[in-house]
Amino acid sequence: MLFLLQDGITNGAIYALLGLALVLVFAVTRVILIPQGEFVTYGALTYATLASGQVPGTARLAVAMGVVAFVLDLVMRRRALRPALIVQSLLINVALPTAILALTLTLADRQTPIAIDIALSLLIVGTIGLYLYRIAFAPIAHTSVLVLLIAAVGCHLALQGIGLVFFGAEGQRGPPLSNAAFTIDPLRFTGQSIAVYVVTLALIIALWLLFSFTLYGKALRATAVNRLGARLVGIRTALSGQIAFLLAAVIGAISGILIVPITTLYYDTGFLIGLKGFVAAIIGGLVSYPLTAIAALLVGSVEAFSSFYASNFKEVIVFALIIPVLLLRSLAAPAVDEENE
Amino acid sequence: MAQRLPVMLFALMMAAIPFVPGMPPFWIVLLDNIGLSALVAMGLVLLTGVGGLTSFGQAAFCGFGAYTTAVLTTAYGLSPWLTLPLSLIVSGVFAVALGLITARLSGHYLPLGTIAWGLGLFYLFSKLEFLGRNDGISAIPPLAIGSLKMISPDAIYFAIWAAVILCAVVTMNLLDSRTGRAIRALRRGHVAAEAFGIHPPRTKLLVFIYAAVLAGLSGWLYAHFQRAVNPTPFGAQAGIEYLFVAVVGGAGYVWGGVLGAAIVVVLKEVLQDYLPYLFHGEGQLETIVFGMLLVALLQLAPNGVWPWLMRWLPLKQTRKAIDPSLKLPPRRKPAAIDDSLLIIDHARKEFGGVVAINDVSFDVGAREIVALIGPNGAGKSTTFNLVTGVLPLSSGTISVMGQTLEHAKPQDITRLGVSRTFQHVKLVADMTVLENVALGAHLRGHAGAIKSMLRLDRGDEARLLAEAMRQIERVGLSAQADMLAGNLSLGQQRIVEIARALCADPSLLLLDEPAAGLRHMEKQQLAALLRNLRDSGMSVLLVEHDMGFVMGLANRVVVLDFGTRIAEGSPEAIKTNPDVIRAYLGATP
Repeated sequence: MLFLLQDGITNGAIYALLGLALVLVFAVTRVILIPQGEFVTYGALTYATLASGQVPGTARLAVAMGVVAFVLDLVMRRRALRPALIVQSLLINVALPTAILALTLTLADRQTPIAIDIALSLLIVGTIGLYLYRIAFAPIAHTSVLVLLIAAVGCHLALQGIGLVFFGAEGQRGPPLSNAAFTIDPLRFTGQSIAVYVVTLALIIALWLLFSFTLYGKALRATAVNRLGARLVGIRTALSGQIAFLLAAVIGAISGILIVPITTLYYDTGFLIGLKGFVAAIIGGLVSYPLTAIAALLVGSVEAFSSFYASNFKEVIVFALIIPVLLLRSLAAPAVDEENE
Repeated sequence: MAQRLPVMLFALMMAAIPFVPGMPPFWIVLLDNIGLSALVAMGLVLLTGVGGLTSFGQAAFCGFGAYTTAVLTTAYGLSPWLTLPLSLIVSGVFAVALGLITARLSGHYLPLGTIAWGLGLFYLFSKLEFLGRNDGISAIPPLAIGSLKMISPDAIYFAIWAAVILCAVVTMNLLDSRTGRAIRALRRGHVAAEAFGIHPPRTKLLVFIYAAVLAGLSGWLYAHFQRAVNPTPFGAQAGIEYLFVAVVGGAGYVWGGVLGAAIVVVLKEVLQDYLPYLFHGEGQLETIVFGMLLVALLQLAPNGVWPWLMRWLPLKQTRKAIDPSLKLPPRRKPAAIDDSLLIIDHARKEFGGVVAINDVSFDVGAREIVALIGPNGAGKSTTFNLVTGVLPLSSGTISVMGQTLEHAKPQDITRLGVSRTFQHVKLVADMTVLENVALGAHLRGHAGAIKSMLRLDRGDEARLLAEAMRQIERVGLSAQADMLAGNLSLGQQRIVEIARALCADPSLLLLDEPAAGLRHMEKQQLAALLRNLRDSGMSVLLVEHDMGFVMGLANRVVVLDFGTRIAEGSPEAIKTNPDVIRAYLGATP
């Protein structure tokens, strides 16, 4: 029993991270981030590829997306092109990913410590997240949640297909962050699972600090509450969106790197993991961070128990969790006059 | 309607396609698939684009339709024509069950809920023994009329496209009716809808069932087209794809569903066929390109391709002329007791520890204009919400037309003859002024959804529109009757709200800041209109900030401050009342 719970909490911690990222992105941009799963896969498999001494295709993808983002920037601002803007856009969108690619190429076949592999993976996936928002979502940021959602599904399809091209159909595993292990009867703790707990907790605290005490964090929250109002007081909402996507991509990549030593990841595994983070986010109501974290632990535990007792129905039970929660929420929610345009 | 001609042309064109010499049979198969997908998408247009209820679960309803006919025709040997109504009923019944659980979910919870049961039902299809588990059911008999068996794709083509065109016409009829207006009002939030007697949960359930039945029909056709069913096409993936189809085509437009189906089906086919030649068969390239094209398409036309296309076509919507002689029978009005239409007695409303309304009492008599004034936050709008049943009372009583209201719903209060406007204008921006105003007469019409679909509602509809037009003329907006409500100035929108309220044929009119945003001349016209209404026997209770407007108009003024009634009397008495002056100007005694 206890080991099931332990297993559940390890998984739940990952779902919590993803759930938090989903809530973050939704709150700031109103995008339901279906491609979150791809960030997980990209992070995990980029890390695994780097660790095996090869150059991951994602580094090139980042450059390609950066170039597209740069061209989009030029086209969008063609009426007010100032040299400073061009240089800035060139630096962020082209020079940055090219530098990362160059770094990856030089470091790939050398024996590098895993810390460097991790840092590179995060950089690569983070920039992909940044450009993804610029390319796919910034131009339609003003449209309805439904249109954004469909665009998100489109991104998911494209990124998943690209993932297959880069990483192949076979699954991969990455080296663990730590090989330590110890036993507190009757449970056995591995260094990796400890790392999962520590990193999750640290990230949650970091996010909390970010949103409570920094100007950028407050700007993100302001964008979430009222886009127009945020713009009127001088917050660049497009920038907020990019930051949210960057954070989500990095969080996704971290989750991927944390689990790839524990389970074999395939190019399409991320989607299902992302969906479960999603279940947690929904239970948390897409607004509350602490609730989402708690819900994620619940989802992880339910999954662990149901895969033990009724493995056939594992996914169904996890997804069915949503219904009673949704019902309770909508019954308990006061009759707010919402206008979903 | 002027839309009839293009529909006929389209039908003729579709009917002619199979007879074009040299038409590749494969194209007909594609058209069959487009038709099947268009049926589901059309349901989604009504559900998602118009009604604002996003569903990822439509594929499951196709599954109900397909499996019903598959089981009944193979295991029990029923004729496919006999299973058609059964398939539709099964889809509809499941829609009722699922709709009762999920349609009342609000906001983002609904689409998420539909994903959950979409996944669950797919799993059910693939696990149940009598549905053939993952292998499904094969050897389903083809559709047949007499000896003509529709085995080939170009035979069933006619059945599919007849269904598509029929459903499109029926759906357009439904949208252009009393029920259709109610559906279109759903997206604008439920408070305004309820204020005119629309029952949002019931209306939501109706569209939910309608969309499910269309999906069931598509499933039924699919089963007899493929002559085999298995769970795959009814999974969550397919559910998401149907939503694609609707959004790409234009989720707010019936023909957008058809166009979207054509775009998505053809795009996928082309990509699958030609990409391998271009890129030498790297796996899944078509999904990559499909995903990218989808994103690009949404950026070019975020509202879908249909409205974008329509801008280039010189098709103009014309409205049938309204016959002004048609009249709605007046609402049966309950006789008011001792001349007070509205009696508020020690009404109290607390939000948590905050007392918003503190034992307020006043009344509104017949043929009287009463103004409720007070500084911001005095509780004026809360009082309105208590009277109209939007909020429940904490204690005290409110009686309307001599009937004490306890837990009365807004619809019931409207039925008693109280109608209202809103402080923040609640019009459906993409409906014309005429349609918005006709919404006010919702309770005075009788035609239901089925009558509307079959166009048997025209008499009822003509009377409703004539009444709406009469009220628009009364408030002096005839020139704007065919404009979209969202394009009017704020002041005009307020006047439209008054016309809408008048359309309900009220005895008591509640106006929440009607003069805000009006120019001086417009205010004078509004005052004249209200005086006119009073002289013809109506009572008015209004909340207003414009003292000049109130003092020249009201018979009686009630002053609220911090939720408490501090004064009541004639405008002259109120002007000199020291308590009122203190509340407004903060003068120290």
